[in-house]
Amino acid sequence: MRKVLIANRGEIARRIIRSCQKQGISTVAVYSEADKAMPFVREADEAIHIGPPPVPQSYLNIDAILAAAKETGADAIHPGYGLLSENATFAKRCREAGLTFIGPTPEVIADMGDKVTARKIMRDAGVPVVPGFEGKMETAEEAISHAAQMGYPVMLKASAGGGGIGMQVVHDDEELRQAFQSARGRAKAYFGNDTMFLEKYVENPHHIEVQIVADNHGNVLHLLERECSIQRRHQKVLEESPSPFLDQQTREQICEAAVQAAKAVNYTGVGTVEFIMDDQKRFYFLEMNTRLQVEHPVTEEMTGLDLVAMQLDVAAGAVLELKQEDVKALRHAIECRIYAEDPVTFLPSPGTIADYVPPKMEHVRIDDAVEAGTQVTPFYDPMIAKLIVSGTTRAEAIARAIEALQQYEISGIKTNLPFLLEVLQDEEFQQGVYTTQFIQRKRIK
Amino acid sequence: MKQVTATMAGTVIQVLVSAGDNVGAGQDVIVMESMKMEVPLQAEAAGTVKEVKVNIGDFVNEGDIVLVLE
Repeated sequence: MRKVLIANRGEIARRIIRSCQKQGISTVAVYSEADKAMPFVREADEAIHIGPPPVPQSYLNIDAILAAAKETGADAIHPGYGLLSENATFAKRCREAGLTFIGPTPEVIADMGDKVTARKIMRDAGVPVVPGFEGKMETAEEAISHAAQMGYPVMLKASAGGGGIGMQVVHDDEELRQAFQSARGRAKAYFGNDTMFLEKYVENPHHIEVQIVADNHGNVLHLLERECSIQRRHQKVLEESPSPFLDQQTREQICEAAVQAAKAVNYTGVGTVEFIMDDQKRFYFLEMNTRLQVEHPVTEEMTGLDLVAMQLDVAAGAVLELKQEDVKALRHAIECRIYAEDPVTFLPSPGTIADYVPPKMEHVRIDDAVEAGTQVTPFYDPMIAKLIVSGTTRAEAIARAIEALQQYEISGIKTNLPFLLEVLQDEEFQQGVYTTQFIQRKRIK
Repeated sequence: MKQVTATMAGTVIQVLVSAGDNVGAGQDVIVMESMKMEVPLQAEAAGTVKEVKVNIGDFVNEGDIVLVLE
C-alpha cells in the first residue's frame, strides 16, 4: 500500500492523514466546493475536487471518488466514518476497480447494515439480542399483536436504520398504531427499505460498545469497552473508558460477546459492537458498526494503540502481533464532541469561525477540522472538533477535561462548549452514575 | 402583527402555507434544514398568513423573519 485516498472530510480525514504519514504512505484528499479551504485539503499530499457542496454530488458520489483514485494512482481507499463507510456497494465497487477498501468485505457490511439480518446472525451465534420480533409486519394491527405479547414500551425500528435514525419508542397500542405507517414511510424514503422490527424497550439503559480488531488470518481481539451513554437526539456527545458502570466480570463477559459477534460474521479490520445494558447489567447486542468510530481516540488514549495504523496494517494483509493479554486500560480517557450548535437548544449554528485557540496541555489531544477563518457550512455534520483527555484516574481525567474546555476559545459561531462543561461538572456525572436519559433528565429539571 | 423567525441558520426546504391561509397556534409553517437536521418552524399564535418572506432553497440566518401573520 503506497497511496491512500480518503473518501471523507474534516477531522477524520486529518486523523487518517497523520497515521498514513507515520507509515510513509502518501495521501489523497477529495473535497467538495464548500471544503476547498479546509485544513484537510492542504494537509494531504494531493487533493481532488469532486463536486458541489451537497453530499449526493460529492462525498457520496462513488463515480467521482473512484475517478479521483484512478487519476491519482491511489491503491487503497479509507472511507472514514459516516458517508460511504458502511455502503456495501461502494466497498464492492472499490474491489472491482482493483482498490483495497480499508474495512471489512462488502458482504459483512451488507449483513450488519441490515438490522434484522444482524439480529438473526447474532442470535444464532449465541450473542444475546434485545428480545423482540423481526418477522413480517405489514400492518399496524400485526405490529400491535406482537407488541402486546412483548409488553410495552417497545421500540419500533427500521431494519435499514442506524445511528439513531429510524427508531421510535411507543408506550401503547394507540401510539404504535399512529407511528407504524408513518415510520414505515420514512424508512422507505430515507433508506429505500420499509422493513420494520420491534424490540422490547430497555429502561434506563446504558449504551456500551466494544472495540474489536481482526486480521485476515483468523485473529480476533477486543480492545475493551467505551461508555457512550451521554447522548442527545440518540447521538453521542461524550464518551469515556473504562466505563464507570462496569465491574470486571461484566466487562470480561461483554468483551467476550463482542469477539464472538465478530467471529460469527468473519469480521476483518477495525469494528465496534454496540450493546445496550439494563440496570441489572444484562446486556444485548444492538448493532455492529463496520468502520472506525468517531470516538476511537478514547480507546487509543486508554490503551496507547493507534487504531488507524492497525486498519492500514490489516488491510495490507499483516498478521496482528498484538496479544489479547497485552490490551490494558493504562489510563482513563474521555472524549468531548464539540458541535457547532446552540448549547441550550442543540440547534445547528453554521457560520465563520473568528478566533480559534485550542488548549495546549499535556494529556489533552485535539482532533479538529477547523481553524480561525474556517467557514462552518450548513451542508455537513455539526461536529467541528473532538477534545480527548486522559488521566491516571477518572477524577484526574475529568478535572483535566474541565480545565481544557475552559481554555478552549472558539468565537464567531455558537458551540456546545458550555454544555460539555455543565456535564463534566455535574455531580451525578462525576460519581459515574448516569444512563442514556442523562441529558434529557437534566434539561427537564 | 405576529411573525415567525428562524430558530437556526440554514436552508428553507419546505413552505407549508401561502398568503391568505389561516393557521393555528403551534402549526408547522416552514421546514428548514441545516447540518443534516430538519427543523420545522411553527406559528406561535393563530392568525392569517399575510406574507411568506422566503422561498424553497433560500438561506436564512437565525432570527430572520420568514413569515408574517395578522
